[in-house]
Amino acid sequence: MKKWSWDTFFDAFPMVVQGLGITAGLTVACFLFALIFGFFWTFMQRIPIKSVSWLIRWIMEFIRSTPPLVQLFFIYYAFPSVPVIGMTLSPFTCAILGLGIHFSTYIGEVYRSGIDGIDEGQWEAAKALNFSTRKKWSTIILPQAIPPTIPMLGNYLIIMFKEIPLASTIGVVGILQLAKNYGAQHFNYLEPLTIVALLFLVLSYPSAILIGKLEKKMNRRFDKKEPSGSKPIPEGKGA
Amino acid sequence: MIISNIIEIFPVLAKGINVTITVLIASAIFGYLMAFIAGLCRLSNNIILRGVTTFYVEIFRGTSLIVQLFWLFYALPILFGINLGNEFWAGSLAIGLNYGAYMSEVVRSSILSVAKGQSEAATALNMSRFQRMRLVIFPQAVRMMLPEFGNYLIQMLKATSLVSLISMHDILYHGDLLRYSNIAMGGSVYFYVLVFFFILALPLIFLTRKMEKFSKKGVAN
Repeated sequence: MKKWSWDTFFDAFPMVVQGLGITAGLTVACFLFALIFGFFWTFMQRIPIKSVSWLIRWIMEFIRSTPPLVQLFFIYYAFPSVPVIGMTLSPFTCAILGLGIHFSTYIGEVYRSGIDGIDEGQWEAAKALNFSTRKKWSTIILPQAIPPTIPMLGNYLIIMFKEIPLASTIGVVGILQLAKNYGAQHFNYLEPLTIVALLFLVLSYPSAILIGKLEKKMNRRFDKKEPSGSKPIPEGKGA
Repeated sequence: MIISNIIEIFPVLAKGINVTITVLIASAIFGYLMAFIAGLCRLSNNIILRGVTTFYVEIFRGTSLIVQLFWLFYALPILFGINLGNEFWAGSLAIGLNYGAYMSEVVRSSILSVAKGQSEAATALNMSRFQRMRLVIFPQAVRMMLPEFGNYLIQMLKATSLVSLISMHDILYHGDLLRYSNIAMGGSVYFYVLVFFFILALPLIFLTRKMEKFSKKGVAN
């Protein structure tokens, strides 16, 4: 049994904090990827051919109910051997792809709930005004569907941030990997791992409070009790 | 070729199914237990009880599961000299505590969302606080919790893949071994691991859908 040592804490702190840039950068990159790719799922689901939308729903279900860790491994180890498009990707790119695709399925659902929340009259108005499909989506539907979902998207940003250390398993050197490296060098995991936990807490807790405030504000603005009539956001999705 | 691969790979991966399911069951029991304890404690009038549970919930919701897992596995034995016995307990404890914290919010919000008239009616019938909770509020709240509990069960199944990182021999671990030993197969083995996890998740997905229907049955709005 060993006592807590502040010396080790302050010794390890600068080293672990170095990884914060990578961790934060990866979070932002993954999130942007998921935001864009989410539209892909939303629109694929809306294809009016029943078998196609059924297939897309099950693909989404598959991605959502299997571990992101295994998905990361799959992309990292199997992607180079895929014919034609296969190439060796850096761990960072793999993490963006793997976690990005995983969370894009959740974000696609968020978009869908936003679109479902739009009043029937809006669709009819677009039709009555003889808008083209593109114009209908870009000027009527999406500008109304997306803003109310912003708090939900923010929640997913926080959830995703907490899943980012999974990328350390394929060699992205974020804060968790640096802490483990320090622990292996000094045979001491206690302080570095505690630092990692503290960093996550310090970053995610205030953001969660901010998002909660934003949610209240948005709900007032859009005059709804629940964003877009969907079920409340399931937290802790991922893992 | 794919078929022959399946015949070759599935028995190997199936060796890990035992560990995956045991960890899932242990962490589910632990998680639901923590969810009810913490969820009810957060509604208590006792400020100390409420403070302690809020602390627990925020700590576990604010950090990532993989960090908690490593912390319980590597750091806890050093700090307190508590040895959790083996990886199994560290793994299930981490998953259980983490999802217990998330699910306690489900418990809390479900209890709070039972209409106020219900508890007023119970008070009018001269029920004690405990009776009110046990006979009126709780049965109604549990129905609302079920779909979310199902969702979290799928999340916990996904989370069990993390225990391979603390060298437990679950499905993913056997997949890793297969990749090392069979270079020709390479990373494609992970696709089968994914399929394996999906097969395990399928009954849970249907169960969750069923619970969603059940919780809506006979309820106004």
